[in-house]
Amino acid sequence: MANAELPDDAVVCSCNNVFAGTIRASVTEHGCTTLGEVKECTSAGTVCGSCVPTLTTLLNKELERSGITVSTAMCEHFAHSRAELYQLVKEGGQQTFTEIVTAFGRGRGCAVCKPVVASLLSSLGTTSGRLHSPVGEQLGSLQDTNDHVMANIQKNGTYSVIPRMPAGEVTPEQLLVLAQVAIDYGLYLKLNGAQRIGMFGARLDQLPEIWRRLVDAGFESGHAYGKSLRMVKSCVGSTWCRYGVQDSTSMAVALERRYRGLRSPHKLKVGVSGCARECAEARAKDVGVIATTKGWNLYVGGNGGAQPAHAQLLIEDLDDENLVKCIDRFLMLYIQEADKVQRTARWVEDRAGGIEELRRVIVEDSLGIGEELEAQMANHVATYEDEWTATLDDPQRLAKFVSFINAPGVADPDLAWVPERGQMRPAHEMDQHTAPDPVRARALASLSLGATSPLGDSVDGEEIR
Amino acid sequence: MTTQEPTMIDICALSDLSVERGAAALIGGDQVAVFRLVDDSVRACQQRDPYSGTNVLSRGLVGSHEASADDGEPVELVPTIASPMYKQVWNLDTGEVLDAGGGEKFPIAVHEAEVRDGRVLVSVAPRPLAAGATGIAP
Repeated sequence: MANAELPDDAVVCSCNNVFAGTIRASVTEHGCTTLGEVKECTSAGTVCGSCVPTLTTLLNKELERSGITVSTAMCEHFAHSRAELYQLVKEGGQQTFTEIVTAFGRGRGCAVCKPVVASLLSSLGTTSGRLHSPVGEQLGSLQDTNDHVMANIQKNGTYSVIPRMPAGEVTPEQLLVLAQVAIDYGLYLKLNGAQRIGMFGARLDQLPEIWRRLVDAGFESGHAYGKSLRMVKSCVGSTWCRYGVQDSTSMAVALERRYRGLRSPHKLKVGVSGCARECAEARAKDVGVIATTKGWNLYVGGNGGAQPAHAQLLIEDLDDENLVKCIDRFLMLYIQEADKVQRTARWVEDRAGGIEELRRVIVEDSLGIGEELEAQMANHVATYEDEWTATLDDPQRLAKFVSFINAPGVADPDLAWVPERGQMRPAHEMDQHTAPDPVRARALASLSLGATSPLGDSVDGEEIR
Repeated sequence: MTTQEPTMIDICALSDLSVERGAAALIGGDQVAVFRLVDDSVRACQQRDPYSGTNVLSRGLVGSHEASADDGEPVELVPTIASPMYKQVWNLDTGEVLDAGGGEKFPIAVHEAEVRDGRVLVSVAPRPLAAGATGIAP
């Protein structure tokens, strides 16, 4: 909504420095009518893609101004929006992509509609008592590679491994296991923005053996790959902090355990701060919880990312039980109503009646759907299972984690690594010396602490091969 | 004009492949992506994604595209593969780019592929590129 009012000289695509006026002109002067045409005409949205939702809004607004009806079709296979398809499948009870596309669409789908169908079947299965694992044989084939193999693909085709660390807690014993796994496989370690540790550089065929060790150490999937709850970030709260007024860490752990694995239109982040100093930055999250002396203030629709938004206050001074009820209702309503890859910030902004109407629906239960939404979430909680543990117990699924189906023992020969700052990284085209084995690259890194820095103050003279 | 029968290599059993999902295979030194479609026919193309330069196409999503004539009438339904990296889309029958995401068009090489007695066979050499396609990728 706000996007359409952007001034013509506002930069929309900051990778290629394309202005809002240029996007508008591509529609009004160059006759672009689709996102693809706008991209091709202006080069906006062709690098990192974070401005694509803004491009779409600008395009649609200009089309409306020119009197052209804007299609809400998901893609060539479905003429419906995600929310419309959600309701159709909810009422129709279809359980496979084939049933859904036969009933409501055409063809065999694409990279847009298949993950959406997997997500809504998973959400619907969850809310009615789980039918299919979102990553299992039934829905897994509809998912992007990240959900399919339960890891995030990186630029060289290897994956990251990010186990759950509820509220950012990790025991020293678990940390030792992570460290040993990283040493044994030569993985690169980095803390990510979700208060947890990412391990990078795992090959597809290594994922099950790595996860076997992590699961044995008490870790579970962190769903860093999913359009689902990522984490609940928290400060140390009243347990440690002299300013804390509530135990934000325990609340964050409880919320993370409650909503883990829940599939949604886009990723979900939650934050819990132990006082109004807001060290957990909860108001930058989809759901933000901030302690008061009487309980918790609940904020919704916050976002970092490409279009930052502060979460808006939904209701003040909730006790623990009512806090959970309100979050249950908010998340389930979002899952039912939002468009594909629409974050809660945009959904709350665009929803008719804004935050006031949302407050009536969620807090005052003006539509009488509160209990149903809570029951759906209760089903999700009751049917949750760790996706990696389930996969490790399933020989058929494990068989898919191979490098080459006709040469399972051979790794991608094009993978190459170089040492950097005591660890390894994927080789660039200009790297002259590379190692095919990340463990070897890491060993050399610890010898030389080599490689260059962007400021050019260090050199790597090590001969690797 | 006579066409020479392509040399076919046995890759795996059809049952080793999931429907509408791919697998990577090594043919000589070449990496090839093999896909099983919903009708149990198979397709094969280069494993290397020309846009990202990584060997990942077998991990993309299989779908379909309804090609239409100038008058909008549907002509044929072609199987497609989308890159798992940046989501460019190709016609799996021809290797032609269907959606370049607003960028340059880099086609991919496709191999002959067939199912014989429950086994998946893929040609050693890719099919010659369609007329007009340059096949040059970064």
